[in-house]
Amino acid sequence: MRKMNMVQAINLALDQEMANDDRVVALGQDIGVNGGVFRVTEGLFEKYGEARVIDTPLAESGILGTSIGMAIAGLRPVAEMQFSGFSYLMFGQLEGHAARLRSRTQGAITVPLVVRMPYGGGVRALEHHSESHEATYGHVPGVKVVIPSTPSNARALLVSAIRDPDPVIFMEPKRSYRAFREEVSEEEQVMEIGKAQIVQEGTDLTVVSWGAVMRPTLQAVEEVRDQRGISIELIDLLTISPMDGDTISASVEKTGRCVVVQEAPRSFSPSSEIIATINDKALMYLEAPVRRVTGYDVATPYFGRESAYIPTNGRIRQAIEETIDF
Amino acid sequence: MIAKTCEPHTVDRQQPYALDLRERTFKISHLQILDEHGNLDAEREPDLSTEDLISLYRAMVLARAVDQRLLKLQRQGRIGTLPLCTGQEAASCGPVLAMTDKDWFVGSYRELGGRLMRGEPIENGFLLYNGYEEGSVFPGGERTLPVSIIIGAQTLHAVGIAYAMKIRGETDSAVVCFLGDGATSEGDVHEALNFASVWQVPVVFVCANNHWAISLPREKQTHSRTLAQKAIAYDIPGIQVDGNDALAMYQVTKDALDRARAGGGPTFVEAVTYRLMMHTTSDDPSRYQPPEQLQAWEARDPLSRFKSYLEAKGIWNDERQADLDAEIKQQIEDAVKAFEARKDFKPDAPFDHVFGTKVPRIEEQRAEFLDELRKESTDA
Repeated sequence: MRKMNMVQAINLALDQEMANDDRVVALGQDIGVNGGVFRVTEGLFEKYGEARVIDTPLAESGILGTSIGMAIAGLRPVAEMQFSGFSYLMFGQLEGHAARLRSRTQGAITVPLVVRMPYGGGVRALEHHSESHEATYGHVPGVKVVIPSTPSNARALLVSAIRDPDPVIFMEPKRSYRAFREEVSEEEQVMEIGKAQIVQEGTDLTVVSWGAVMRPTLQAVEEVRDQRGISIELIDLLTISPMDGDTISASVEKTGRCVVVQEAPRSFSPSSEIIATINDKALMYLEAPVRRVTGYDVATPYFGRESAYIPTNGRIRQAIEETIDF
Repeated sequence: MIAKTCEPHTVDRQQPYALDLRERTFKISHLQILDEHGNLDAEREPDLSTEDLISLYRAMVLARAVDQRLLKLQRQGRIGTLPLCTGQEAASCGPVLAMTDKDWFVGSYRELGGRLMRGEPIENGFLLYNGYEEGSVFPGGERTLPVSIIIGAQTLHAVGIAYAMKIRGETDSAVVCFLGDGATSEGDVHEALNFASVWQVPVVFVCANNHWAISLPREKQTHSRTLAQKAIAYDIPGIQVDGNDALAMYQVTKDALDRARAGGGPTFVEAVTYRLMMHTTSDDPSRYQPPEQLQAWEARDPLSRFKSYLEAKGIWNDERQADLDAEIKQQIEDAVKAFEARKDFKPDAPFDHVFGTKVPRIEEQRAEFLDELRKESTDA
């Protein structure tokens, strides 16, 4: 066990998978000699060489399109999009090919690849560097979308994503990259993709969140619990798609109340799908309307105004208390 | 055999400053072995056995006949929309003759002849264009990618595959990637050329310039005087070939593959051909295509010139042609029968192939789908 931040934990996952399996290659912009703009791939170029840690030309569609070819030919590419805001240039390759080659060929051709991308706000960056658009990818059948929230689940989920037989969009909450450290085992660890995790058990209210806003959510949950003696079940979604509806609905059946916290814009988002799932499976157990704390349906503000856009501890607390008091 | 005939324009500081492009600094070489009348450039005649020549001819005749049968089936309402390949047989059959089973075929959707040569059953076309993914795969087709409809996207897959061949040291495997003139406007194609060049991977791009992208003529697709010259910017050899000359298409692909396998990197071939029929069965070329242009290209048909060549060599005659036509007719009839007898289309097959593992959310939807289907059929 070693204390590490999320950058180090993701690096550990890449390093171990590249050591375990020579089919694994990493590619992207500035990921080799430079170790990535966030230093996530630091040291891999020196260890595995330029043929497996590939500094690509500056072309997002080219990175995913060639990754698809590599995967078809038996490699296990892990591509990096430098920022999720640049990733839309590869969307055609994702929707048109990565997501569909399995169904187009009835399983004869598969595309096991991972696209890593830092997403989300809170780092005072330029425009296009702060979006939380996981719903865009979650809407594509045939693609899995994973968002870790801590160093240890980032490490375990990335290992699982690399070993997964299908394309996985792995969105890394960049605000959490160096925000905190925790103990991460040097031993191999995996986590099942498609499973949400109950972080804290509780009986009065369910809170669902994921990614960087898990931290203010956890803080709000603890404050309400301590101050009002309320038992809250906190769920970390971890996989956006395919969503683990069963864990959420089982929890809501137990608690009868639910708050969803996301950084993403509100409409057509994971929270919309969570509420639809509760409607399908646990509607009759509800004692209050499901509340959500989200970003808004506006362009993600430039950083001067983003702190009021990203869900804050105060907004989350208020939603929890109002749902309890409903 | 392919020299870098179009040396990239290197910076010459002695050149007077000018923005005038009239002083062209590059040349594109052109290859034709068999002209439209069947006349042979004997010096360049490829060293092919009689058996190979006849199999190449047979493949082109078969492709034409299958294409025409597909059109007929569509007009009879027995299958759905499909793209036609008539007129472009040489541009895919010639290259495939130069390929081995270890090479990868990465196609677009106008390479029916090449696909049949790669071993795809005739029935597949009927299945695919009648709406069944079963027509996208065949035993032994692991290195033959399915039809790719999104224009130009497949060029990047070809480069990725070629990269894998290179780093695995599979020096006897290269990739032949087909695209069209319209694709040269797509960003993906330029990214593919750039990646291929930076990585120096074994890939041969065969760009069928059939003069039309649905209704857009070649001269409105690009102001460049050739498509081949686009490769120059990437320091990739770009060559123009008579795409209706199966011998030239074979030869250029063979040379480019030899070069690729020897570590010489990518090649870009502009195959000048013509779409003798509509883009797809939904298209009406009379809205945009000058009839005199069509007539001029009908006279340059890839099949008739190849037949004249075989006759001149004394290995083909009317009797053999009649036998071949009868054999192909029967082969196609058998495939139509097999296709129309097939009933094994599982309605929930799409649920089988979303992911490689069972996912509860998908399985719930499958159950709901099957249940609704059952109720509907009971109601009816």
